[in-house]
Amino acid sequence: MILIIGAKSDIAKKCAHEYAKNGYNLTLASRDILELQDFASDIKIRHNINVILKEFDITKFETHQEFFESLEKKPFGTIVVSGYMNEQSICESNFKESLKTINTNFTGAVSILNIVAKHLETKKEGFIAAVSSVAGDRGRASNYIYGSSKAGLSAYLSGLRNRLYKSNIQVLTVKPGFVNTKMTAHLDLPKKLTASPKKVASDIYKAVEKNKNILYTKWIWKYIMFIIKSIPESIFKRLNL
Amino acid sequence: MNLKSWGLYPKIKSKVFPLINKTQLSKLLSSNKEFIPYGNGKSYGDSALNENIIHTKKYNFFLNFNEGTGLLHVQSGVTLDEVIEVFLPRGWFIKITPGTKLITVGGAISADIHGKNHHIDGCFSQSVEEFTLMLGNGEIKTIKKNDELFYATCGGMGLTGVILDAKIYLKKVNSKYINQTTIKTKNLKHTFEVFEKYQDLPYSVAWIDCLSRDIGKAIVMVGDFRDDNNLDYKKDKNLNIPFMFPTFVLNKFSVKLFNYLYYKKAPKRIEEKKVSIDSFFYPLDKINNWNRIYGKNGFTQYQFILPKESSFQGLQEILSKIASSGKGSFLAVLKLYGKENKNYLSFPIAGYSLALDFKIEKGVFELLDTLDEIVLKHGGRMYLAKDARMSKETLHKSYPKIKEFLNIRKKYNLTDKFNSLQSKRLDI
Ligand SMILES: Cc1cc2nc3c(=O)[nH]c(=O)nc-3n(C[C@H](O)[C@H](O)[C@H](O)COP(=O)(O)OP(=O)(O)OC[C@H]3O[C@@H](n4cnc5c(N)ncnc54)[C@H](O)[C@@H]3O)c2cc1C
Ligand SMILES: NC(=O)c1ccc[n+]([C@@H]2O[C@H](COP(=O)([O-])OP(=O)(O)OC[C@H]3O[C@@H](n4cnc5c(N)ncnc54)[C@H](OP(=O)(O)O)[C@@H]3O)[C@@H](O)[C@H]2O)c1
Repeated sequence: MILIIGAKSDIAKKCAHEYAKNGYNLTLASRDILELQDFASDIKIRHNINVILKEFDITKFETHQEFFESLEKKPFGTIVVSGYMNEQSICESNFKESLKTINTNFTGAVSILNIVAKHLETKKEGFIAAVSSVAGDRGRASNYIYGSSKAGLSAYLSGLRNRLYKSNIQVLTVKPGFVNTKMTAHLDLPKKLTASPKKVASDIYKAVEKNKNILYTKWIWKYIMFIIKSIPESIFKRLNL
Repeated sequence: MNLKSWGLYPKIKSKVFPLINKTQLSKLLSSNKEFIPYGNGKSYGDSALNENIIHTKKYNFFLNFNEGTGLLHVQSGVTLDEVIEVFLPRGWFIKITPGTKLITVGGAISADIHGKNHHIDGCFSQSVEEFTLMLGNGEIKTIKKNDELFYATCGGMGLTGVILDAKIYLKKVNSKYINQTTIKTKNLKHTFEVFEKYQDLPYSVAWIDCLSRDIGKAIVMVGDFRDDNNLDYKKDKNLNIPFMFPTFVLNKFSVKLFNYLYYKKAPKRIEEKKVSIDSFFYPLDKINNWNRIYGKNGFTQYQFILPKESSFQGLQEILSKIASSGKGSFLAVLKLYGKENKNYLSFPIAGYSLALDFKIEKGVFELLDTLDEIVLKHGGRMYLAKDARMSKETLHKSYPKIKEFLNIRKKYNLTDKFNSLQSKRLDI
C-alpha cells in the first residue's frame, strides 16, 4: 500500500494514478476527504485497486501518531506532497504566515515521517518520498521563508536517508522546479522550465523504482541549481533573484 | 477558440467553458447567455456548436461499478474508449456502440446513438438506467426510464440541459475478438436478402459501392463475439492524417479501398474470419483526423432512414440520383434497423438506413434538398447527429413527436437557455 499525504494536490493525484496503474493499493490523506470521494472511486474502478480516504492535517502534529496507528494496512511507501506557499512579502510581515509555511512544509513533515520511519525500520523494506523544492537549495530574497522551510525538509530527508540506509529503506527527496498546479496558477511560468504534474509523478515513480536519492524534475533544474549554488555569497547577495 | 464538429462544417468561433463541477456549472448557467453542451465533437454537423459551449470531456470520473449486474455509473464526459479500455479486460463491453468509440456518454445519450446491433438491441437509451440532468435554472433532476425528460433528452441533442452523470448497463463478453462473416452481394435485392437472412446475428452492416452499375452491390459484414476467454485487450495503434488532403486524392483512394476489400479481402463470396473488436466496430478510428481528407471546406454526412416497406424503392431512387450527380463519397454504409423507441427525436425506425459523405462544394446543398424530398415522400427522415443543412420544414414533417419535444422545452424553460446552431436553424 502507498500512503499519499496532501492527496488533493495536482501532483498527488497524478502520483495516485501512477501507483494505481502499477497495481498498488492507496491510502489518500487530506484535510478534505469529502472532495476526494469521486476521485477515489474513479481511480479504484479504472485501475481495479483499493483506495482508502483518511482525514489528515499535517500541521496538527498531536494527531499524527493516532493517524498512523489507525491505518489498518501500513504503507510500504509514503509520499508527502502537501505544502504551502504564500507571497514572500506577506510571510515577512506576518509571522503567522511564516509559521504556517514552516509548519506545513517542515515541522509537519518531520512529525509524520518520524513515525513512518520508525515503522519502516522494523520492516526493513519500503520507501519514503517527500516533495521539497529547488527553492530549498538556496535562500533568495524573493522566496526565502518558503525556501528555508523546504531547505529544512531537504536536510531532514538527507539525514533520514543516512539513518535508514542500514535498514534498507529508500528515502527520495523530490525537488521540482516549476510545476503547473493550483499553487502556481496565478504565476506566468516559463514553459521550457515548467513540468506538468503528470511528468513530476512519473518521474517520482521511476526514481523510486531506480532507488534514487535526489530527483530534480525537470532534470535541467539540477544544472540550474548547480550554477546558482556555486555563486559566491559575496556576489549572490547583490543579485536580484 | 475554434471547436469544430467532425464534418469541419459549419465553422464558428466560440467561448468554451469547461464543466468542472455542479456548483460551477449552475453559476455559469445563471448568466444571461445561452449555451450548448459539447462532448467530443464527433457529431458531424452543428448540433454541438454555438457561441457559448459547455465542454464536458474532462468531467470524466468513473463513480461506481456493480460486478453483479454490470451497471456502470459515470460522469458524462467519460468516453466509450475509456470504458472499453477499463472493462473489456474484465469481460464487459458497451451494449450499444456507434462506429467510433471516441464519443462521450453524454453525446451517446443526447444523440441516442445506435450501432450495428440496432435490429436486436435498439438505441443507447436502452442501456441507460437513469441519469442526472441540470436544467437551465441550476436544478438537478434524476431522470429515469418513462420520465418525459427521458424521452426528450435521449435523442434531444443537448437541448434539454446538461447531462451530469449516467448509469448504464454493460454487457458480459468473453473475448476481445469477433467472428466476422463477410458476404459479397450482387445488387440491392441481394443485399436486403442477406441482411434478412443473418438478422439473428447481433451485428450487421454493409458497405455499398455507390458508383457501381449494379445498384446496391455491397460487402455485408455480420458477426458476434467469440467465446474464447481471450480478454487481454490493448488498444490498436492509430495512424495520423497530418494535413488537409487535396480532395482529388479521395475518390481514387476510396475506389482502391473498395476494390481491395471486394476483391482481395473477401476473395470468396462468403468468408469467415476472426477480427479484433477495434477493426470490427471502429475501422475508421484507426486513422486519426480522417475527416481532413475532404479538405478545408469540410463535408457533411447524409444519413437517412426509410421504413421497411418503402426502403427498396426509395433506396433505388436515391442511389441512382446520387450516381448520376457525380457527387458523394464512393462508399456508403447501409444497415437494417429494428423497432422505433418512444424517445421524441430518436432517429431509428424499422427499416433501412444509408449514410454517405458529401464534400462541401457547389451544388451539394441543392442535391441534398432533392434527396430530402425523396426521403420524405417515402416516409423517412434524416439523423440529427449528422445534419448541418436540412430545412426546418423537413424536420417538422419527418419527426412526428416534435410537438412533445417542444412542449418539454417550454415546460422546463429550456428554450432560451440551451441552443445550438442546429436548434436555431431547425426552429426547435
Ligand atoms: C466515425 C464516426 C462514426 C459514427 N458512427 C455512428 C453510428 O454508427 N451510429 C450513431 O448513432 N452515430 C454515429 N456517429 C455519430 C456520433 O456517435 C454522435 O454524433 C455522438 O453524439 C457524438 O458524441 P460526442 O461525445 O462526440 O458529442 P458531440 O458531438 O460533442 O455532441 C453531440 C450532441 O450531444 C450533446 N451533448 C454532448 N454531451 C452532452 C451532455 N453532457 N449533456 C447534454 N448534451 C450533451 C451536444 O449538445 C450535441 O447535441 C459517428 C461519428 C463518427 C465521427
Ligand atoms: N507548483 C510548483 O511550482 C512547485 C514547485 C516546487 C515544489 N512544489 C511542491 O509540490 C507540492 C505540491 O504542490 P502543488 O504545486 O501541487 O500545489 P497545491 O495543489 O497547492 O498542493 C499543496 C497541497 O498541500 C495540501 N496542504 C496544505 N496544507 C496542508 C495541511 N495543513 N495538511 C494537509 N495538507 C495540506 C493542500 O491541501 P488543500 O488542497 O486541501 O489545500 C494541497 O493539496 C508542495 O509541497 C509544493 O511545495 C510545487
